[in-house]
Amino acid sequence: MGRLLEVKNLRTQFKTFDGIVKAVDGVSFYLDEKEIIGIVGESGCGKSVTQLSIMQLINRPGKIVGGEVWFEGKDLLKYKQHGPEMRSIRGGKIAMIFQEPMTSLNPVLTLGYQLAESLILHLKMSKEEARKRAIELLGMVGIPSPEDRIDDYPHQFSGGMRQRVMIAMALACNPKILIADEPTTSLDVTTQAQLLELMVDMVHKFNSSLILVTHNLGVVARYAQRIYIMYAGRIVEEGTCKEIFKRPRHPYTKGLLRSVPRLDVEGERLIPIEGLPPRLTDLPDQCAFLPRCPYKTEKCSTSPMPELRSVPGEGHKIRCYVDIPEVDYATV
Amino acid sequence: MADTIANIDQIVQSQSRATVSEWQRFVRTLTQRKVVVFALIIIALTVITAIFAPWLSPYDPNEKNFADSLQQPNRKHWLGTDLLGKDTLSRIIWGARTSLIVGIATCLASAILGSTLGMLAGYMGGVVNTIIMRFMDALMGFPMIVLALLLAGVLGNGMQNVIIALTVANLPGYTRLMCGMTLAVKENDYILAQKAIGSSNLRTLFLHILPNSFQPMIIMISTALGGIILAEAGLSFLGIGLSHEEVTWGGLVASGYSYLSTHPMLAFAPGLCVMLVVFSFNILGDGLRDALDPRLRGVL
Amino acid sequence: MPQSKNDVVLEVKDLKMHFPITRGLFRKVVGMVKAVDGISFALKRGETLGLVGESGCGKTTVGRCISRLYQPTSGEIYFKGKNIADVPEKELKPLRRNISMIFQDPYSSLDPRQNAGSIVGEPMVVHRLVKSRDEYKEKVKHLFEIVGLNPELTTRYPHEFSGGQRQRIGIARALAADPDVIICDEPVSALDVSIQAQIINLLMDLKSEGEKRLTYIFIAHDLSVVKHISDRIAVMYLGRIVELTTPRELYNNPLHPYTQALLSAVPVPDPEVEENRERIILEGEVPSPLFPPNGCALHQRCPIATPECSKTVPPLRECSEDHWVACLRI
Repeated sequence: MGRLLEVKNLRTQFKTFDGIVKAVDGVSFYLDEKEIIGIVGESGCGKSVTQLSIMQLINRPGKIVGGEVWFEGKDLLKYKQHGPEMRSIRGGKIAMIFQEPMTSLNPVLTLGYQLAESLILHLKMSKEEARKRAIELLGMVGIPSPEDRIDDYPHQFSGGMRQRVMIAMALACNPKILIADEPTTSLDVTTQAQLLELMVDMVHKFNSSLILVTHNLGVVARYAQRIYIMYAGRIVEEGTCKEIFKRPRHPYTKGLLRSVPRLDVEGERLIPIEGLPPRLTDLPDQCAFLPRCPYKTEKCSTSPMPELRSVPGEGHKIRCYVDIPEVDYATV
Repeated sequence: MADTIANIDQIVQSQSRATVSEWQRFVRTLTQRKVVVFALIIIALTVITAIFAPWLSPYDPNEKNFADSLQQPNRKHWLGTDLLGKDTLSRIIWGARTSLIVGIATCLASAILGSTLGMLAGYMGGVVNTIIMRFMDALMGFPMIVLALLLAGVLGNGMQNVIIALTVANLPGYTRLMCGMTLAVKENDYILAQKAIGSSNLRTLFLHILPNSFQPMIIMISTALGGIILAEAGLSFLGIGLSHEEVTWGGLVASGYSYLSTHPMLAFAPGLCVMLVVFSFNILGDGLRDALDPRLRGVL
Repeated sequence: MPQSKNDVVLEVKDLKMHFPITRGLFRKVVGMVKAVDGISFALKRGETLGLVGESGCGKTTVGRCISRLYQPTSGEIYFKGKNIADVPEKELKPLRRNISMIFQDPYSSLDPRQNAGSIVGEPMVVHRLVKSRDEYKEKVKHLFEIVGLNPELTTRYPHEFSGGQRQRIGIARALAADPDVIICDEPVSALDVSIQAQIINLLMDLKSEGEKRLTYIFIAHDLSVVKHISDRIAVMYLGRIVELTTPRELYNNPLHPYTQALLSAVPVPDPEVEENRERIILEGEVPSPLFPPNGCALHQRCPIATPECSKTVPPLRECSEDHWVACLRI
């Protein structure tokens, strides 16, 4: 498996009235061919901004202030935001699916037009070819009688159907990478399940790779091969999915797993992570999780922000000084 | 792109455990643009002039002095005099008073009446809404100036009647705005929550809906003020506005414009005043819109 | 359904809520959305009933009918033995004191122009529960402490709080008038994972620690949360209850095909469990409540449907002790 995408030390900041928000602060990760990775974190942890930065979709007052995004031997951040190279990558080689299917489709254009548009633009197809391909794509994502529905407008579709169309649009140009940012959060549980299955199937079929950005631990457990946990603009733990769920080593990951009620476990009392996420305008010099951490030691409060370090397990790294023993004593 | 904005909103929201007070932020955004500051100065000057007119004006505005008839600007009469020898500068200073009184009174009257009607229409819905809003639509069908002309014609001259005429003409805008705002605010869960805790309709309307729909009202008042001053000037220009003893800028332009070729200052100076003040109120309205925009909260 | 009549706080019998769809100037009725179409259940004091289902299944409408934010189309709602379904709007005030609500969205459920203290204290003012300014302040502070907020924050405005803190304010408001029943309408679904647990624990503590035995109706779409907090769960589909039982029974022995699909759609945060789980994925989407299918509402999507299912509406019946199912095939 070849390396497809490598993000190195990405930093994105937003200038606000209260100061500079370090939304993404030195994030590095990679994606191999035909791989599904999960990026997990709570709102405001920078997971979405990271993806938008890769696509250079950050607007004022936000700014990408540093880092590299290597894709097919080129650093994408070297390209101009509205330059032709970036435009051919967005929607062409890297496609994105957003949370809200309602606002991501243009309400005054037919689906056929919107689908064909990117085919004509990126793949230089003729109008007839593009239409044929569009019908084919709609069929593939499970829209019944696509020949008839291709000339419908977005409002004629339900939320789930619209998200299917979004998947079709995203995959229209055989992208190498599909970035799905909370793709099913606004949908119902059973529709969510349908769509995730569909999306993963389609990604396999197109030999693409998938970056699944979500707050839902269950979704990544079901589909991702490797995961990255983000907290306050940084990656705090990375590793294979099995490793992390079996033996989470960062206190935040551990806390997250303990705080979600599980369907398969009888109702024990949940152990929430106390306190609130830090404000991104004045992050402490030490570990950002320190004030909420039940495992903190003397060293944590005197040392600077820990770097990512390897721990036992395949590619398993954590941003923490503490080694939590297997038999966990500090569950309180 | 919409998602990018949503994202910024999220970041901003998650961060906005306000360190700077709302008021400070408001003042800072408002005064950020120089033209708004300029508008504020013009408005402040006009208000001061209007309040202190008796002390500021060098002459009685209605004092006739046939010896000084139709003078060009000179040291004695800075902006010259009209046919009857009345001092133009003094008349402009007193005119500021009339214009502002008409403008502010009309604005307040139409805002209070309009927002009450609009709130009722929006909150009650159904038949009440239909009756109020259809009536307003009918009013709106008339061009504002024609309606005011009509009313001024029926009611006769006098400041009071001009205010009534302009208030009626302005009413539909406020009613519509408030009705729309009420409909939007009503959909919020906190209004439902009021019902759930057993609040009365009146309590909900005045303690919860009104404060939450007030901001666009402020913007509208500021923008409309300029329009009203202009409309009043227009009415006076047409000679249907105020009685002859009351000096207004519009009236000054009207009486001065026959001398435009020989004594341009007679019409030009009051005209400039109208233009500046109307411009300033419009700019202030724009500035308020920016400063009160909740989307920009915390960003600027 | 009720076992011991005396302890039942709330009983709903054949509740229906149909919303008319109107068109045109004269508001001609062109259709009916049958949001809730005949549901019945009983709640004992101190019990938590979970209502789960997907959007449009009518769970929120049920909550709003019980708190009488809506006037139900038909059916009876007995609160402490008295039918409150037809009580006119003007006489509802005492009821509003006894049944309170917690809303989903912590951002839109608090008036942005009201400070936190006055939001929490408003029910006491509305129902004249306090005699003096000092007593009012004292009570507001006490409520802040109960829900785990710093009592010094009473003068702050909603936008100065985080989502979780706002939801605590909403909970304090719901507690202010000392209610018997609290209807929690998706109280945690808008919150972050780590904050969700805090709020769930708070709601459970309030129930076990208070002098009064609070009764909850917990409305949510997330089965794992509902399973965690409820004593009994009602699964809803298109305005009807399809299965009603205890959480343990529901997870270990789901009988209705819809419940089975719903359970399997919820991913478990454990890759090893996930690998071995059977996934039942329903075809198609939830039909519009404007044109519900004949017979069993699920029959078009159901893997075990027979022709009979498209003709007869299955009644909710008790299959084993305290396990009610509405399916012809079981």
